Amino acid sequence: MADEIMLLDWWSSMFGMRVRIALVEKGLKYESREEDLNNKSPLLLEMNPVHTKIPVLIHNGKPICESPIIVQYIDEVWKDKSPLLPADPYQRARARFWADYIDNKIFQLGGKIWTRKGEDREAAKKELMECLKILEGELGEKPYFGGENFGFVDVSLVTFSCWFYAYESCGNFSIEAECPKLIAWTKRCLQKSSVSSSLPDPLKIHDFVVQLRKKFGIE
Amino acid sequence: MAEEVKLFGMWASLYSRRIEIALIMKGVQFEFIEEDLQNKCPLLLQCNSIHKKVPVLHNGMPIAESIIILEYIDETWPDNPILPRDPYDRAMARFWARFIDEKLIWVSWDAYSSKEEDQGKAIEEACKQLKALENELKEKEFFGGDTVGYLDIAAIMVASWFGVMQEVMKVELLTEENFPILRQWVEKFVDCPIVKECLPHKEKMVEFTRVLLKDFLASR
Repeated sequence: MADEIMLLDWWSSMFGMRVRIALVEKGLKYESREEDLNNKSPLLLEMNPVHTKIPVLIHNGKPICESPIIVQYIDEVWKDKSPLLPADPYQRARARFWADYIDNKIFQLGGKIWTRKGEDREAAKKELMECLKILEGELGEKPYFGGENFGFVDVSLVTFSCWFYAYESCGNFSIEAECPKLIAWTKRCLQKSSVSSSLPDPLKIHDFVVQLRKKFGIE
Repeated sequence: MAEEVKLFGMWASLYSRRIEIALIMKGVQFEFIEEDLQNKCPLLLQCNSIHKKVPVLHNGMPIAESIIILEYIDETWPDNPILPRDPYDRAMARFWARFIDEKLIWVSWDAYSSKEEDQGKAIEEACKQLKALENELKEKEFFGGDTVGYLDIAAIMVASWFGVMQEVMKVELLTEENFPILRQWVEKFVDCPIVKECLPHKEKMVEFTRVLLKDFLASR
């Protein structure tokens, strides 16, 4: 029986993008449903009653929520193609650690850069750059965080790269100036069709952010 | 000869206790290194240079973050598995463990610490989240089924922290009336020999928490 896979998603969500990448990496066909986050569908509320958030993967009618958990689930069910997590337990723990670090830092800090003003924004900028430098250090000389192969940490971080231009514009800074290796890594990842087909144009994200800032009266 | 497994922890940290329980369940010999959190040892800072926190498991190389360490332990010592084998069940266990750490504890802290005028709403929210977790138990004895598993170990926070906070903050969330199933789970969980051995003494925890929160309590 063929698998039925549906993804409840939102076009600009870095978390939704992670799941898109994983599904394409595994060569899976799925139905994508765009949610209206101001008017969440009954399906979303039924499938994720605890958080009422996207992304939600629905596999043969059963929901899985939270993007790192969804990506690991995809990796474990369709384990024969493009493994995203390494086989070694220690390397797996490291990959999970860095994915958790990205989750706890990058979204909030990036968000503060486009939603706050003055000192708050500057502090967020400074901290974001410190985190990105730490991540750049973890990448080192490897082509990917996963080593020779694109992996779980790459999936977790690369989806923020389409938001970088918006952060840089709002914060008036350049990520590439301070983290050139990280930007080189994002370009390397974008050469993969799973990534380029899953990430929206950074200009589109930027325009969306500009619209939201106008709407909420943020300078 | 393999290097001995070390666990950097702290007696009052339930995150550390999670790891102790898992290691003992797996029959792994380890050295427990009690950290003074006001004066962390250089080795801990080196092992967890990013967060500088306990617990850290050191098995030749360091592993940090308790939920991540639990999976590492399960994968490294596969006898007596603590995570389910089925990928969907694993995803559910991971979801609820993350829920406990990232949502339940925080909404519960809000409920315990809110000012009087906001407390009603905060308690309602915390109870809603506790109910969601209780519903996950369904007909099972433990979250792991017939025996203690990864999610039970993660839920040590519910088994211990809630009781401590009730004493310190004089607010009860986990009532028998509202959560009979979860309360039953707590009783069974804390009665397990390994858990009993690892759980810090409640009175000691209450005293420790009172000291930790003394400035907050004084300002109320």
